[in-house]
Amino acid sequence: MLSRTADSLFWLGRYTERAGNVARGLTVAARMAGLTHRDEEWQSLLVATGAETGFFEKHEEPTREAVLHHLILDPDNASGLLPSIEAARRNARQVRAALTVDMWEAINDTWNEARKLAPAALTVDGLAPFLDWVKARSLLFYGAAADTMLRDEAWRFTHLGTMLERGDNTARLLDVRHTMLAKQPEAEGSAIDYLQWQAVLRSVSAQRAYQWLYHTRLQPNLVAELLILRQELPRSMIACYRRVDQTLDALANAGGGRRGECHRLAGELHAKLKFGRIEAIMDGGLHEFLTECIDRNVALGGQIATFYLTH
Amino acid sequence: MPMEPFALPKAFDEMNGNDGLRACFAGVARWLDGTSHDALGVKRREAELLFRRIGITFAVYGEGGDPERLIPFDLIPRVLGQGEWQRLARGLEQRVRALNLFLKDVYGKRDIIRAGKIPESLILGNETYRPIMEGFVPPGGVYTHVSGIDVVRTAPDEFFVLEDNCRTPSGVSYMLENREAMMRLFPELFATHRIAPVGHYPEELLETLKSVAPERCPGTPRVVLLTPGAYNSAYYEHCFLADEMGVECVEGADLFVRDDIVFMRTTNGPQRVDVIYRRIDDEYLDPEAFLPDSMLGVPGLMRAYRAGNVALANAPGAGIADDKAIYPYVPEMVRFYLSEEPLLSNVPTYLCERDADRAYVLEHLDELVVKLTHGSGGYGMLVGPHSTHAQREEFAARIKAKPAEYIAQPTLALSTVPTLVEAGIAPRHVDLRPFILTGGKGVRIIPGGLTRVALREGSLVVNSSQGGGTKDTWVLEDDAVPASGQSQSQSQSGGGFQSQSQAQSQLHEGGPQAQSQSQRQGG
Repeated sequence: MLSRTADSLFWLGRYTERAGNVARGLTVAARMAGLTHRDEEWQSLLVATGAETGFFEKHEEPTREAVLHHLILDPDNASGLLPSIEAARRNARQVRAALTVDMWEAINDTWNEARKLAPAALTVDGLAPFLDWVKARSLLFYGAAADTMLRDEAWRFTHLGTMLERGDNTARLLDVRHTMLAKQPEAEGSAIDYLQWQAVLRSVSAQRAYQWLYHTRLQPNLVAELLILRQELPRSMIACYRRVDQTLDALANAGGGRRGECHRLAGELHAKLKFGRIEAIMDGGLHEFLTECIDRNVALGGQIATFYLTH
Repeated sequence: MPMEPFALPKAFDEMNGNDGLRACFAGVARWLDGTSHDALGVKRREAELLFRRIGITFAVYGEGGDPERLIPFDLIPRVLGQGEWQRLARGLEQRVRALNLFLKDVYGKRDIIRAGKIPESLILGNETYRPIMEGFVPPGGVYTHVSGIDVVRTAPDEFFVLEDNCRTPSGVSYMLENREAMMRLFPELFATHRIAPVGHYPEELLETLKSVAPERCPGTPRVVLLTPGAYNSAYYEHCFLADEMGVECVEGADLFVRDDIVFMRTTNGPQRVDVIYRRIDDEYLDPEAFLPDSMLGVPGLMRAYRAGNVALANAPGAGIADDKAIYPYVPEMVRFYLSEEPLLSNVPTYLCERDADRAYVLEHLDELVVKLTHGSGGYGMLVGPHSTHAQREEFAARIKAKPAEYIAQPTLALSTVPTLVEAGIAPRHVDLRPFILTGGKGVRIIPGGLTRVALREGSLVVNSSQGGGTKDTWVLEDDAVPASGQSQSQSQSGGGFQSQSQAQSQLHEGGPQAQSQSQRQGG
C-alpha cells in the first residue's frame, strides 16, 4: 500500500474518533455545568481536548458560548468538532478507492449534514440533539468500517488511527479530573466529587459498565481502574493499546516481519498497562502516570509515521 | 464542404434523418413512443441519485457554486449502426497511426519538414514542442497511448475531426458509467438491442500500458496512474481508472527516483515502477526538466525515462501532434507517412497568422468559430452566429494583436440527437469523443465513445465546463432493425408503468440466460 494512502486512512480513523470524542466531552460538560453552575467544567474540557492554549489566544473567559464556538465551529481549532469532520472527509476523499461505499457514504453524508446543522448547536435547545447526532454518526462510521471492510492493510491503518486516538482521549479525560480521583477510596465523597466521577464514566459511556463490574457505589480508584486497566471496557486505555499493539503486529507480519521503534513502543506501553496495578499507579501519582502515557502516545504516533506513513 | 455562408442550415438529426426514422434508432424511437414523459422524469431523478451516490463529479473552477457538481446525463442514447461505426473506426485508426508516426519523425529525423510538408518554424517554435524528446524513441515507439479524437457529424456519411487530443484526454469514465447507469435503469432496452460492450476498456488500457513497458523491465510490469491530486477536475476519473485496472493511483510525492529508477513509497518500503499512466501535464512532470517550481511532479523522472527504465503514457511532447496550429496538416501526415488518402476530413481551418486567412476571418467573424490555438475546454472561444457586435469587436482586436494565437473554422451544422429537456423531447447538438488505444501490438478502439450534448437550445458548445451534458453511445452489433415484438405489446399496453412491468416480465420469460447475456453485451 502507498504510504500516502496509509497516512490518509490512519488520519481518517483518528479524526472520526476525535469528532466523536469531542461530542461526548461536550455532552458531559454541558450536563455538569447545568448541575454545578461552574464555568470550570468548560475549562476542563478545553484542557482535555488540548485546545486550552488556542482558546485563550482568542478569548478572555471560558464561557459556555465561547467554548462551544471554539470546540464546535472554530476553523482554527484543529481538534474541534467540525474541523475534525472536515479533516476526516478530506482524508476519506483522498483514498476513496480504499474505502467501502458504506464508509464513504457515512463520512460524506456526515460532512454534508454537519455543516448545515452545526450553527444550531450553539443555541440552548440545539446543543444536545446535535451532539447526539454526531455520536450516532461516529458509531455509524465504525459500524460501516467494521461490517464492510476487508481485513487487510487498509482496515489495519484505519483501526490503528482510531485506537491510538481513543486511548489518548481516555487518558486525557482522566487526567483532567485526576485530583478528584486521587482521593482515598474509603473517604465518602462530596456530592460534587460524586458528580465528577460520574462525569468521567459518562464521557466514555461506561456508567452501566461500572455497575456491572463492581456492584458498588462509585469509588475513585475503581473508576480509574476501570478506565485504565480493565480489558472488558472497549474504551479503557488497555483495551485501546492492546489493539494498537496487535494491529502493529499484524502489519509487521503481513509486511514480511519488518519492525521498527513503533512496534517496540507499542509493546512497552501495552505491557505497562497489562502488568499494572491500580494501587501502584495511585501511589506513584495518577497524574504522573497519565502524563507519561500521553507523552508515550505522542512518541508512538511519530514513530508510526516514520516507519509506515512517510518513508 | 457543404456550408451555408449565413444562418445555420437545418441540422441533420441522427434519429429522424433527412427522410424519416433511421433504422439504427428504430428500437429507441419505439421505446420513446411507449414511455410517458413522467416515467422518463422518474428515471432521470433515479439516474441523478445514482451518479451522486457513486460520486462522479466534475469540478469546474472559477464559477462559484458547488465545486463538485454532476455533469448532466441524458437518458436518451445516441445510436450508431455497425456499418457507419466501422467506417468511422477505420478513419480513426488511420489518423492515430499517422499522428504517432509524425511524433516519432519530428523528434527524430524530421523527414516531413525536409519534404516541405510542414513549416519547420511551426514545430520548433511551438510551445508544446519538447526538445528533451529529441533523439530518443520511447518504449515500443508509441507516443500517444491514449488518444481522444473529437468528431462531429453533419450528414449520414459526413464526419469531421474537430480536434485531436494526444496528451491526457479525459472523459472515458463517463463513457463507462453512462453505460452502467443505462443498463441499470433500462434493462429492457438491452434485451431488445445487441449493443457492443465498452466495459472492457480498463482491461484494454492496462494491456496497452503493459505492452509498452521498458524492455529490461523484470517480470510483470508494475503500472501506476499519476494524478495531480484531489483538486484536479478529473480526479474522480483517475481514481476510477486506477481502481478498475487494479493499480495504484499515485501523486508526485509518492514517487521518487534513485539511480535513474522510479520507486513508489509504500508501507513495505520502496517498490519499483515500470509504467506510468500520467494524467499530469508535461510542464509539471519533472521539476528538473520542466517547470522548476512544480510541486506535482517527480524530480529526475525524465532522466529515468531517457535511461529506458520507465515508460510514460502518453509520451511527453505528444502535444505537438494535437496543437491547433498543426491540426490543418494532419491529412497531409496521413498521405506522407501511410501513402493513403485520409478517411476522415478536417474542418476547414483558417490560421490567423497567415495574412490572407486573417483578412478572411476578420471579414467573416459573424459566421466563424474562433478559437485559441492553445486553449481547451471551450474557454476563450467566439461562436460567430451567436455573438454580439461588441464580442466580435473584442475578438477582432485580439486577433490583430496576436494573430498566431487564433484559428477560425466555419460554423458547422452539428448533427442532433433527441434529448430530454424541460418541455419534452427535443433535438440537441452532439459531438463524439472516441478513445483510441495504441500499444506495442497495434491500435484498439472501444466501440462508440463519449457523446457530449449541448443542452441549451441551439448551442453548439458541448464542453462540460460550459454546461454540456453526456449521453450513452451505442454501437449496434449488427445493422438489422431491432426486434419489434416486444415494443408492439408495449404500445398496446399504453401507459408508462404498465409497459415497464410488461417489459420486465418478458425479460423473466427469457430466463436468467437472457439476462446475463444482455448484461455481458452491455458491459
